[in-house]
Amino acid sequence: MKISQKEILTGRVLLIGLMFGTLLPFISIFTTALFPSNTIPTGFGWPEQPQWGNFVEAFQVSNMMALLTSSSFIVLAVVPVALLISTMAAFAIGQLRIPGSGFLLVLFVFGLTLPFGGIIVPLYYLERFMGIYNTRLAIVLPLIALYMPFAVFWMRAHFVGVSPEISEAAKVDGASTWQLFWGIHLPLARAPLASLGILMAVWTWNQFLLALVLVEDPAQRTMAGALGAFQGHYATNVPLLCAGTVLILIPTLVVFVVFQRQIIAALLQGAVKG
Amino acid sequence: MRTRGIIMAPSLKPNSRRAIRRESVVGWMFAVPALAMYGLFVLLPFLMSVQYSFFRWDGIGAMKWVGFRNYETVFEVPVLFESIINAFKLVGFFSIIPVALGLVVASVMHRVAAGRFGGVARTVLFLPQIIPLVAAGIIWGWILALPGLINEILRSIGLGSWTKAWLGDFDWALPAVGMIGIWVLLGFCTVLLATAIAKIDPGLFESARIDGSNWLQEFFSITVPLLRQEIGVCLTVTIIAALSAFDIVYVSTGGGPGNATAVPGIQIYILAFTEQRIGPASALAVLLMVLVILVILPIQRLTREDAS
Repeated sequence: MKISQKEILTGRVLLIGLMFGTLLPFISIFTTALFPSNTIPTGFGWPEQPQWGNFVEAFQVSNMMALLTSSSFIVLAVVPVALLISTMAAFAIGQLRIPGSGFLLVLFVFGLTLPFGGIIVPLYYLERFMGIYNTRLAIVLPLIALYMPFAVFWMRAHFVGVSPEISEAAKVDGASTWQLFWGIHLPLARAPLASLGILMAVWTWNQFLLALVLVEDPAQRTMAGALGAFQGHYATNVPLLCAGTVLILIPTLVVFVVFQRQIIAALLQGAVKG
Repeated sequence: MRTRGIIMAPSLKPNSRRAIRRESVVGWMFAVPALAMYGLFVLLPFLMSVQYSFFRWDGIGAMKWVGFRNYETVFEVPVLFESIINAFKLVGFFSIIPVALGLVVASVMHRVAAGRFGGVARTVLFLPQIIPLVAAGIIWGWILALPGLINEILRSIGLGSWTKAWLGDFDWALPAVGMIGIWVLLGFCTVLLATAIAKIDPGLFESARIDGSNWLQEFFSITVPLLRQEIGVCLTVTIIAALSAFDIVYVSTGGGPGNATAVPGIQIYILAFTEQRIGPASALAVLLMVLVILVILPIQRLTREDAS
């Protein structure tokens, strides 16, 4: 290797600068959150008397317990169902290779390019018609559907790579297609399923537009949707708004630190495959 | 490759044709739940968007057929047409800058930060990608405010005359929103490209370095050409993010000041849910979807032609 010490030093200084720039906004809202409530904080700096109570106040006024429950409920309703039905479809397309799988795949892939904003208006009227507007189902059902393009595409890539001989051997032994799927192929797909599950959980937690349009009550929304409502109420109380934002970021950041390898790998692979 | 396993199975019996038919019916049953959900909550609304775009409708009363009138409206009303222009301006910030800068940073990382330092750098740079975009909007809404961090820094280095409420300034609001996009997407591009560089045959870099290539030569002769496909992926993902931007803009500026940062997503929302003009909202939505496909397809073509 012929990289000079000078270059290593400049390169690393550049990277550290960039990391600092990335973190600075997080540090700034954290310190801002410690200024006295209802005052205008003066930019960047540690307050003379840090108001740790702001976090308690934000926790109470944002109704955080209800938000956590609501968001968790939505994630727990969306992720398992989306995992199951997308994997079944991907199994049919990639492993059973049912007639018309090529067409099905194209149909699903089409959905990858659709911006949520493109279908939000009809979705609103459709849900009013179905009577699920302003319930958690109003977020859960479209989210499951909107994840299908990516999830089917992702799981199909796995099933295409699994040798069909495994299926044939099981069939000779008299296994039904469902037993084949549930007993043999699902356990083999554990790794891609885990990545997909984490991804969909993060996306659901962070979903804003659907929550904003389809559910009026912030306590029935996703975390991101509730944060939007919180901002509407406390836009002028900067320290409290920042404290609320920090609180809402904490679960996401914890999940990221714990699962960072899987999340980064999943997001990157997802992008490359998509 | 595409032959179905069952045909080659040894247990081929006289009634195999019926067995195959049964087989494919069972197979389709596996696809039905996903297809039903997708059909009902994605494809149907998509078709409804197309349908609405040809009608005048306030969401309550009767729908009136108006042909292409709503599309004409989108092109004739400056505010609506400018939202499409704004979306393309955002592409510069959300897409061109993060991809170009990401390439540079990834290649620097590859040269000087192998090992643990590189790992930490990736994690940190990736952080903005996993928080809700709404949170990014709120954080930057404060940082770019008059008493916020950016102006504080400017004052401290003696550029006090440059301070302004960035998101409230007609000329600066759009670049300021773009800045938020850079913050969110730079890490994603960097980490994706860095992962791809790590997969390039190290021998290529080594021989270049033995020849005494500097960073710049290595960058343009090895890194950029060999990462064509990944660059395509980054461009695709970030351009979709730019054209369909909503969360960040809604939270940080709401489309203002005036309509300086109004993008199609915001205008669709305003037209449909505050002005009850479903027709133009849907026409804009359809145009947005067509635009995304028109922009994405050539990129896919260009960057994937080797792979096929």
